[in-house]
Amino acid sequence: MGHKNKYWTLFLSTLTISTFTFGGGYVIISLLKKKFSDELGWIEEKEMLNLAAIAQSSPGAVAVNAAILVGYKVAGLPGTIIAIIGTILPPFVIISVISLCYTAFRDNRIVAAVLRGMQSGVAAVIADVTVNLCGTVYKETQVLGLVVMVAAFAASWFFSVNVLWIILACAIFGVGRTWYLHHKEGRA
Amino acid sequence: MNYLDLFLSFFQIGLFSFGGGMAAMPLIQAQVVDRHGWLTMAEFTDLITISEMTPGPIAVNASTFVGTRIGGTLGALVATFGCILPSCIIVSLLAWLYFRYKNLSYIQGTLSGLRPAIVALIASAGLSILSLALLGEGSFNWLGGLMFLAGFLVLRRWKPDPILVMLGCGVLGGVLYPLLDGGF
Repeated sequence: MGHKNKYWTLFLSTLTISTFTFGGGYVIISLLKKKFSDELGWIEEKEMLNLAAIAQSSPGAVAVNAAILVGYKVAGLPGTIIAIIGTILPPFVIISVISLCYTAFRDNRIVAAVLRGMQSGVAAVIADVTVNLCGTVYKETQVLGLVVMVAAFAASWFFSVNVLWIILACAIFGVGRTWYLHHKEGRA
Repeated sequence: MNYLDLFLSFFQIGLFSFGGGMAAMPLIQAQVVDRHGWLTMAEFTDLITISEMTPGPIAVNASTFVGTRIGGTLGALVATFGCILPSCIIVSLLAWLYFRYKNLSYIQGTLSGLRPAIVALIASAGLSILSLALLGEGSFNWLGGLMFLAGFLVLRRWKPDPILVMLGCGVLGGVLYPLLDGGF
């Protein structure tokens, strides 16, 4: 694929995804994974999760951070700029228009009904992506990965632990495991 | 009206909001309502409602909203640029480091610990949206549940573009919810 084509696909993909991303950073990560891993095959599934982890642990909006990383991976620095513009253009335009007449928008029954319907759709997309990713994690790290996953889920869902603590704990766990494996190898 | 104030305020919001989404809200409130009085608390609440109803990160929505109200389109551009600039610098640097050093065993090890956590966080976010869709209005929303199941099955079976599933549910909701609630 030529450079121009690649830039154009990157721009259109981030633009469409951002236009339909209701409900925060993880929705966009699910959609980025579907587009760039499953459909275009530009980013491996495992790498997509790495990028998501970096996006989550950096300051700023997860969606913008993820766009920067995906753009960089696909086409270097120009890719970063293209992906940022594609990601912030839709909310910029939509909010600019809405801020002129926002009370009418907020109180419109049809708008509310459409958005309520879309919540079900968004939840279905995330459920689909989660099922696929659970398979990936299991293939890679077997039971240990599943244990980490269940623990992280419980911490986030049942105990409302701040995401940053979960990320930090899992990073420390990863480092510790690497150290242990090295240690074992050194002895053997 | 001072564009520099606007830029600096949103630069701070972009720099200090970790964890995404609602985590940025208290910071935005501190800058926009408490410190500069650009919005009243009621307007800020409207902003959150609108952010939840429209696509895009809440910090970017807030920059555009506040920027437009106090400085027109130029204000919106200045605020949005300030808000994403810290991400652009920090994350580009991290991207460069990651693609250069990702094969080091400790980086690999750290990331292999993080990947299951990210899947868990995605699942947790999905469950929050699902419970909002099904239980948000007080009583159990069976139509929302049916649309969720249908959407999920369609995605598993035919693997369509996910945006089509989201839009399909939106259109169905736009038609069926008002009918159920007693006509248009």
